[in-house]
Amino acid sequence: MRPEPSPPFVFPHRHLLGVAGLSAFEIEGLLAASEEAVALSRQVEKKRSTLRGRTQINLFFENSTRTQSSFEIAGKRLGADVMNMSVGASSMKKGETVLDTAATLNAMRPDIIVVRHHAAGAVALLAQKVDCSVVNAGDGAHEHPTQALLDALTIKRAKGRIEGLTVAICGDVLHSRVARSNIILLNALGARVRVVAPSTLLPEGVERLGVTAHRTMREGLAGADVVMMLRLQLERMNGSFVPSVKEYFAHFGLDAAKLAYAAPDAVVMHPGPMNRGVEIASEVADGPRSLIRDQVEMGVAVRMAVLEALSRHLPND
Amino acid sequence: MTEAPARTLFVNARLVCPASGLDEVGSLLVEGGVIAALGRELRTEGGAEMVDCRGAALAPGLIDLGAFVGEPGAEHRETIATASDAAAAGGVTTIVTRPDTTPPVDAPEIVDYLKRRARDTASVNVYPMAALTKGLAGHEMTEIGLLLEAGAVAFSDGPRSIPNARVMRRTMTYARDFGALVCCHAEDSDLIAGGAMNEGEFATRLGLPGRPKAAEALILERDVRLATLTGCRYHASLITCAESLDIVARAKKAGAAVTCGASIAHLTLNENDVGEYRTFFKLAPPLRSEDDRRALVQGLADGLIDVVVSGHDPQDVETKRRPFAEAEDGAIGLETMLAAGLRLVHSGDVPLGRLLAAMSTRPAALLGLPGGSLAVGAPADLVVVDVDAPWVLDAHRLRSKSKNTPFDGARLQGRVLRTIVAGETVYTYA
Repeated sequence: MRPEPSPPFVFPHRHLLGVAGLSAFEIEGLLAASEEAVALSRQVEKKRSTLRGRTQINLFFENSTRTQSSFEIAGKRLGADVMNMSVGASSMKKGETVLDTAATLNAMRPDIIVVRHHAAGAVALLAQKVDCSVVNAGDGAHEHPTQALLDALTIKRAKGRIEGLTVAICGDVLHSRVARSNIILLNALGARVRVVAPSTLLPEGVERLGVTAHRTMREGLAGADVVMMLRLQLERMNGSFVPSVKEYFAHFGLDAAKLAYAAPDAVVMHPGPMNRGVEIASEVADGPRSLIRDQVEMGVAVRMAVLEALSRHLPND
Repeated sequence: MTEAPARTLFVNARLVCPASGLDEVGSLLVEGGVIAALGRELRTEGGAEMVDCRGAALAPGLIDLGAFVGEPGAEHRETIATASDAAAAGGVTTIVTRPDTTPPVDAPEIVDYLKRRARDTASVNVYPMAALTKGLAGHEMTEIGLLLEAGAVAFSDGPRSIPNARVMRRTMTYARDFGALVCCHAEDSDLIAGGAMNEGEFATRLGLPGRPKAAEALILERDVRLATLTGCRYHASLITCAESLDIVARAKKAGAAVTCGASIAHLTLNENDVGEYRTFFKLAPPLRSEDDRRALVQGLADGLIDVVVSGHDPQDVETKRRPFAEAEDGAIGLETMLAAGLRLVHSGDVPLGRLLAAMSTRPAALLGLPGGSLAVGAPADLVVVDVDAPWVLDAHRLRSKSKNTPFDGARLQGRVLRTIVAGETVYTYA
């Protein structure tokens, strides 16, 4: 008997709405496909024709130059026609709802819609009303699955593995979709996850998501292999959630001294855009252990892998 | 009028009177809109319309303390006529309307308007609840005396509590002199600002801002202390968690004139029902944990919870088809409160008499309304219900103008067969 050849990876979902619900096998499959996309993106000829003839709409209800351009480049490298739509203020002010926008876009017969929205659950709501595939590019404080995938890919390439690593996610976990997606994904792949923040920035019941919670960087970073910083929004800095930028940076800002609590070969990550001098010091952000630029590169690769995986479910006639 | 008063004889009925504890098979005679006689063997001389209940329960019609009926100002969500139809189909013979309308019910003219609209368009009894403060703004008390004279049966600021303790104290002190019932939503508005569901693990997983239980306990604790201080009759309209039950139990034990209510949704559903952002389960206060729900059910069984309400709050579908945090709160309930409540009876948690008392006898007593009893001379506001009949709820068949029920597709057991108001049949199940 010959051994059966291992079957090609097939992503069994029509949409990517979150990391929750993905199996470790599916995550590994996407990460493996992303590795190929990294190689492709480093060639002179970067284009593939997987999505040729397909229409991808990047629908951003919330501005994000970085994520939007990452998805745009990913789609274009796969040969899709990419259209960017920033709904932002204008339509919403006219009273158009998410579902109106969904119906309008659906009538233009796109193949993939990439959506970011400021409300948790809005992307899933929209996905119910369209015929094409939907990728969640961030919904409120809920999920940001491609960010978690790109973070995992970055860690895996730097450390060779994810299982057994200790990852400290530091900062505004309360408002962070990046933190939620990462907690779920890293747990699925066998990492030990910690969250580190003042209690005002930790959501109720966060331990139930599979993390240990720490209120000091000394304790939370002790022996960590990966230090993942989160952005603190300007409006939350002065008195509402923390007393001041000065105090926040003194206690929770990642500088060389605090990074020294972590493992000697610990790496530093940040989903961007960074607030230098608030949650992270430039000496660390630009230092030798920073993977922040790698994350941006991996972002394009992961999004290519995701678009390609979803495209297998698109109708062919 | 020389015509003899209409007589109806209900036979083969399981007579359930939560006021007296009666639960036996027999007949009941209605004459001139009131209960004329009841008993195991009842004979009537002369003509009477005969209704064979075929063993179904015959009980006092339900009295729903605090339903939103859309008038005035939100007639696209509900009208008194549609709410009345829904009530009749649900075995509810008396609706007490919520005052948070547009404009709010903060002046005697508006009470009068509601009474006249009800007289002209409703088939069930409608009694207005009036605002506790002008414009529901929480600053100045309304004309409590004049509103009572106009026909208001209780006072409330609808879905918000009065933030200022001094205003609350003065209003309660003044209300006490009239013996007025003050019904309050207990939730600290600052603490729940922006919150979309019960605070805790599930809210965290969904990335939704939470409403902590402490927000309820905080205001409830303050209010029961003010009730003790002022001697005012205080009713916590909707309590949702175990902490609140403790507070009410303590206040009752100390002899304060404090009562409380719970909605049928909070007694039969929990936060997990929100699932993947199902906005029909978005309520205010929010659905809580299963532990809290169990505590409420126990509180109802023990009699600590005085009143069970539908929490009827019709919402236009467009305001529900939004991202969860941006969707409106509220669920309809008039037509389903009895069937949903019977879940607690069938599960063996709450005796039938206790459930019916909380839905009729107790609210009648609190509001000083007739009804809630099968006593001779009581108004013939009745419901005939087959407590065992199974059915599946189809939201589209509900009579309410809005269809935002959390029970769509739910398997229910207990079917209202006939509803009678003042001796007149206003609904029969076809």
